Order: sequence, then structure tokens, then C-alpha cells
Amino acid sequence: MIDIAINKQLHGAQEDMNLDVALTIKEGEFLALSGKSGSGKTTLLRILAGLESAKGEISVNDEVWLNATSSLKVQKRHIGFVFQDHALFENMSVLENLLFVADDKELAKHLLDITELTALKKRLPNSLSGGQKQRVSLCRAMMRRPQLLLLDEPLSALDPLMRQKLQEEILTLHREFKTTTIMVSHDPSEIYKLASRVVVLENGKIINDGKPKEVLLKTKGSQKFSFSGELLSLTKVDVIYVGVVAIGQQLVEVALSSSEAEHLKVGEVVTISTKAFSPTIS
Amino acid sequence: MIDILLSLDWEPFLLSFKLAAITTLILFVLSVPLAWFLSQTNSKTKPFLEALTALPIVLPPSVLGFYILVALSANSPLGSFFEDTFNIELVFNFKGLVIASCFYSLPFMVQPLQSGFESLNKNMLEASYISGKSTFETIFKVALPNMKPALLTALIVTFAHTVGEFGVVLMVGGSIPGETKVASVAIYEMVESMDYNLAHVYSAIMVLMSFIVLLSVYMFNAKQNTKFGFVK
Repeated sequence: MIDIAINKQLHGAQEDMNLDVALTIKEGEFLALSGKSGSGKTTLLRILAGLESAKGEISVNDEVWLNATSSLKVQKRHIGFVFQDHALFENMSVLENLLFVADDKELAKHLLDITELTALKKRLPNSLSGGQKQRVSLCRAMMRRPQLLLLDEPLSALDPLMRQKLQEEILTLHREFKTTTIMVSHDPSEIYKLASRVVVLENGKIINDGKPKEVLLKTKGSQKFSFSGELLSLTKVDVIYVGVVAIGQQLVEVALSSSEAEHLKVGEVVTISTKAFSPTIS
Repeated sequence: MIDILLSLDWEPFLLSFKLAAITTLILFVLSVPLAWFLSQTNSKTKPFLEALTALPIVLPPSVLGFYILVALSANSPLGSFFEDTFNIELVFNFKGLVIASCFYSLPFMVQPLQSGFESLNKNMLEASYISGKSTFETIFKVALPNMKPALLTALIVTFAHTVGEFGVVLMVGGSIPGETKVASVAIYEMVESMDYNLAHVYSAIMVLMSFIVLLSVYMFNAKQNTKFGFVK
């Protein structure tokens, strides 16, 4: 059980912001932290790790990490942390990176086996691909047998195929070690696949907290398909308007009446929804 | 040619290298914590410390030498303390040269180390703390091994710079054969006494050795850069 109630004044790029978060996380939970960039997600992770100071309280399984009078040093908190940019020790081989954390050859071998890195254990990080580096980083984080695993957008720099593979591995590791995990992510499909709970931050405050399905599915009433996208263009064709909307990596065209088109501006974020009674899936 | 080299008095060179080696060693021990502190801190004292460290680069060696001479002489509090308590004189001997060289060469050790520390990936250092490692262990097992070019530059340039010093040595040490008469001072005296032949030989040896040292640094750094895949 992890209890967090922290407060920190942040000086953001645009304006100052007060990060004010109270959370209770159950043991073994996989929590996704979502929200726009600059909403305080990474700072929250860094405060939990002890890399940044804050006011308030953090206790992890009855051990006090932070309170009004003391703050447990980063070295003493049993955490695993995966950075966006892997941050491997460049002077050490894959295996040495793991053993530097803890001299536990059994565990290192086991982790490398799960992540299919055994063949690469003598290589220097510089000679690995982005996905391989991130997998090593994940193994390195697990070497401490952490009470809390913190993942700061670990997959954001990878291509979609590699992402999927790593999502599987994160899930495998989570099932096996049952480590309480907090992952910063922007990707709804990733959150849906991995997390059992999602917390959305905005301007340093929690604005949404629930099961991924409740928080992420953007449907209201009887709408079944609902996507948000950016309106790229709006052209008049005879009596109707045709809008082009970018949804994720795809472009779609929709027909609009002139009364609908009146309220829209190119560049806006729009929601497209429709009822889906008998969709064709192929 | 060989006759000249064989009959040459190598003592000034040996003295220069002994001085440089000891100075480099002492400065390395002192500069690693200082450079680390400067690279990690946002404190208001940082610019003051940086300016102080860099002073020996801009000050004329005579000025630096003069102050060190004043500070270490038997008439000063420090000098008289050492003389009364330990019976050690600090000027016009080798010990004084070492102290003076440490001041003179300080920036050449601190600055490359500091910029080396600053160029490291901050997350990598944090990953080491998260792994439970102390600052000391992080510096020696993660930071320094990942900045070998900067480390080598610091060591070699400090060494070379100490070999090449002249003004401070002359002020603090004078020219006592076998004690404070280093190569640069010896050459100065040869020119003074118009022994140009010997001055030529000594100078040529200095040029050759300095070039070889610098060349090996640059060749090593080029190799390291390819190995770690740094793009210049």
C-alpha cells in the first residue's frame, strides 16, 4: 500500500503551477499516469523516487519515505526507474549494467532470459537498438527487486512494433514480480492493455481517476464509435461541406451540413462519433 | 649527436617530470570533488569558485609567484607556522615548487573534469543513485569511466602545463641545481650565459616531448570518440 499526499510549487514554461496530488495505490496495482505535457507527471515520478524535493507525505508499505521532518535518500528507497532515454551505464556491458545494481547472477540470468537478451549480454549499450536498450533498462530496474517500479514514458521513443513487444514484456514482468507500478503514458491503447487504473493529471491536479475503460472510452449515450482528431481542412462541395480529420495516424473524410460546418474552424480538435450497429470488421 | 645526448645533464628534465607527476597526482585528488561540486551545484557561490579557479590562467605567473612567495615565506604566518612546528621551509625548495605548481595548474585539471561531468547524461547518474550507489561510487564507477577523453585531457594537460611552467617556478624556487632547477629554468640560464648550443638541444627536446604527449592525447581521444559513437 502506497500513500501519497504531496505538494510542490513548480515554475513551468508558461506559468507557475502547484503540483498537489493525493493518491493511495494498492500493492501490486499497475497505475497509468496520463495528462498533457507539463501537467506534472514526470515531476511526480521524480518526487516519488526522491530525485526532487517536495512537501507532504509518502509512505510505502508502512515505511515513511517523506514527511514533514525527514526525506528518505534516493539510495535507500527501493525503487526501479526506467527513463525515457534508457540511461544505461555506457561503460558497462548489458550483464554488467544489471550486476552493478545487485550482485545477483540468478536474477540477472532470469531477467535476460525473459526479455530474450541473453545472446546480447556481453554487448555494450552503444551497439544495441533503441528497443533492446529499453529492455535492458527495464531489466536493470527489476534487479533491485523494487517495491515500486516507476516508468517514465518508457516506450515513447520506439516504433509501434517494438512498442507492442515491450508492452508484452512489461506485462510478463508485472505478472511475475507483482511489483506496484506507475507508468507515465500518453497512449490509450498502451494504458488499456497494461494498466488496471488510470489517473489523469492537469495543471498539477488529478482530474480523473478510474478504470482505463471508464476513463478512456470517449463515448456518451448511445454513441459507440467516438474519436477525437484534428480538423485539417473544410471544403464546400455543392451544397455540403467535406471535412478532413486526422485521427491518430489516419485521415478520414466526413460530410457536413452547412449548419454544422459553421461552428468548426480548421485546426480545431474535434470529436467524431457515430452509432455502430453493424460495423464491418475485416 | 649521440655524444651530445649522452653527455647531457638530464637532471633538469627529471626534476621537471617529477614535479609534474606529483602535482598532477595531488591536483587530481583535490580537483575531482571540486569539479564534481561545480558541475552539480546551482549555488550562488558557483561563479565565485569558478572565477577563483580560473584566475591562474589570466594572472601573470610573476604575480601568482609573488603572492605564493609572500604567503609561504618564513616571515608570513603560514610560513613561520610550518617552520616552527614541523621545521619545514616552504620556499626555495622542491616542496615550495609543488605547492606553487598546484595553484598554477589548478584550472587545467578542474575545467576539463567539470565540463566532462557536465556533459554526462544526468539520468545515467540518477540511475546509479536509484540503484543504491553513493555519490563516491557513482563518480568513480559511472561518471569517470564514461568521460575518458575529458579525464585524459585533464591529466595530460595538467602534466604538460606543469612541465612548461617557468615564471612561478623561478619566483618561488629560484634555480638550485637538483632541487628547483627545472628544464625551463635551465634553458633560461643557458640563454642568459649565451650557451646557445646547449639551449638549442634542451629546447628541441622539450618541443619533441611536448608534441609526442599532445599527439598521443589527441589520437586516444579520436579513438574513444569512434568507440563510443560520439558525433563531433
